[in-house]
Amino acid sequence: MSTAAIRALPRETLVNAVLALALLAAPLIAQMLDEPFYVSLATRVAILALAGVGLNLALGYGGMVSFGHAAFFGLGGYVAGITALHAFEGSDFMTWPWSVGGSDQLLVVWSVAAVVVALVALAIGAISLRTSGVYFIMITLAFAQMIYYLAISLPTYGGEDGLSIYLRNQLPLGDSNDPLTFFFVCYGLLLAALFLSARLVAAPFGVALQCARMNETRLATSGIAPFPVKLTAFVISAVITGIAGALFADLNGFVGPSMLSWHRSGEIMIFVILGGVGRLFAPLAGAALFILLESLIGGMTDRWQLFLGIMLLAVVLFARGGLIGLLAGKVRHD
Amino acid sequence: MTEALLELKGLSKAFGALKASDAVDLTLMPGEIHALIGPNGAGKSTLIAQVAGWLHSDAGEVHLLGRNVSHWSVAARAGLGLGRSFQVSSLASEFSALGNVLLALQAREGGAFRFWSPLRGNARLRDEAMAVLARVGLEDRAELPVASLSHGERRLLEVALALAIQPKLLLLDEPMAGLGPEGTRNLTAFLRGLKEEAAILLVEHDMDAVFALADRISVLVYGRVIASGPPEEIRQSAAVREAYLGDSLC
Repeated sequence: MSTAAIRALPRETLVNAVLALALLAAPLIAQMLDEPFYVSLATRVAILALAGVGLNLALGYGGMVSFGHAAFFGLGGYVAGITALHAFEGSDFMTWPWSVGGSDQLLVVWSVAAVVVALVALAIGAISLRTSGVYFIMITLAFAQMIYYLAISLPTYGGEDGLSIYLRNQLPLGDSNDPLTFFFVCYGLLLAALFLSARLVAAPFGVALQCARMNETRLATSGIAPFPVKLTAFVISAVITGIAGALFADLNGFVGPSMLSWHRSGEIMIFVILGGVGRLFAPLAGAALFILLESLIGGMTDRWQLFLGIMLLAVVLFARGGLIGLLAGKVRHD
Repeated sequence: MTEALLELKGLSKAFGALKASDAVDLTLMPGEIHALIGPNGAGKSTLIAQVAGWLHSDAGEVHLLGRNVSHWSVAARAGLGLGRSFQVSSLASEFSALGNVLLALQAREGGAFRFWSPLRGNARLRDEAMAVLARVGLEDRAELPVASLSHGERRLLEVALALAIQPKLLLLDEPMAGLGPEGTRNLTAFLRGLKEEAAILLVEHDMDAVFALADRISVLVYGRVIASGPPEEIRQSAAVREAYLGDSLC
């Protein structure tokens, strides 16, 4: 592309491209400098950003302030952990009415995670979306807490101690134990989710979803019932976050109740808000900033969240468009 | 006899002891403008909400195009051909005027469950949306965000959005509100030209507009229809004069 053609692009597209390339470059450079820790750090950013991409669909575009997305993140993680456990032990997940064993294949894990999370999100959404505002926030939180305590009360799967994944789940091609390969997998899924979001948001579905955020009355009056649109978006959003959870468990080789806790819900929400609510690449910008703060300032002081808090305050008070808004200007609506 | 587009049968709604609408019978025939008038608090807004589907009635039935839609959702009634405008503009505030019309058009074009192709990329739909805007004279304002339109322009956009769903009948809740004399004159002329395309149930406080437009007028007082008939008859009715005592009906 010529420089003139690049200049003609909207600024937000450029900012997004730079962010995506920076995340791609970071682990490559780290690998060259033989700093494996930073490869794993970049993988964390990609995974948490993916979780945020899921939430952004519900929160940013649909105006559904879910404070329970950790439930989907953690469920995805537990699916990865439980299938790996049974594959490792050679035991069955259930024997009646038919026998279901474990699996150590990532493609299987992701598919199962997607189905499980979709079903749970369908149930949670169908009930929660009958409320709105503060009640919606609280009811999604309540559901997430129920799942949190359920996980704690399951000794078979580690209870409070969680579950170790001794062997990372495998890919059909390539070695998922290689840190850089695993990064590329996470990065690829992140880009795929971003692309999917971009298409969804511009399609009739996304336009209806955004209208549901601005004015449900207008949507219904146009002949489109808001509830099914919002519920579908909620489920898609949950599935994306759930897949991120499965990746996160495989990255850490561990899944525990902390993945389901409300702190995690808040963290995913912070990525979206720091990056800029309803901006496509906000979760990536937010997650990257979050992880950078955590590892840079967190290396100097345990009180690094104080700085995070100040930054969050600044964004909420002065820069409603978040990081992306700061870099790319106000949102352009059609 | 031609079939009524809209027929209300004994429609009632009470809020506690207050009967907001009380056994209302009302019809809207093809090609007519039926005005609904009444003093403040007479229950006009409640009745509109019952017809559009926002409020569930305690008793009675709403028939739309010959079908009993009493338990249908707002969206389903709109899908059947019920267009409406609001007393206070109700728009998708961050979208442009064009974006609002496109949204209204998409319901008829296959609904919201299309996930891949951009709505904006549909040139045919876009042309149709521009044509709808042109009907109310907003084609030059198409790309502006709704928030930067004037009050009058937003009122016109409301009407355009009601038209965009290709309605069989229109429910217009005070479309003239806040328009000023010239705006009211223009909209009056526009609505007169519209009634062959879609019959109109008109709630309006501007009595000049009502008597200039309406083929029939129903008067609502304390939730009851106390009089219904051609404008001349309503003008002469003693009961109506009493209800409007001190008001500027004549």
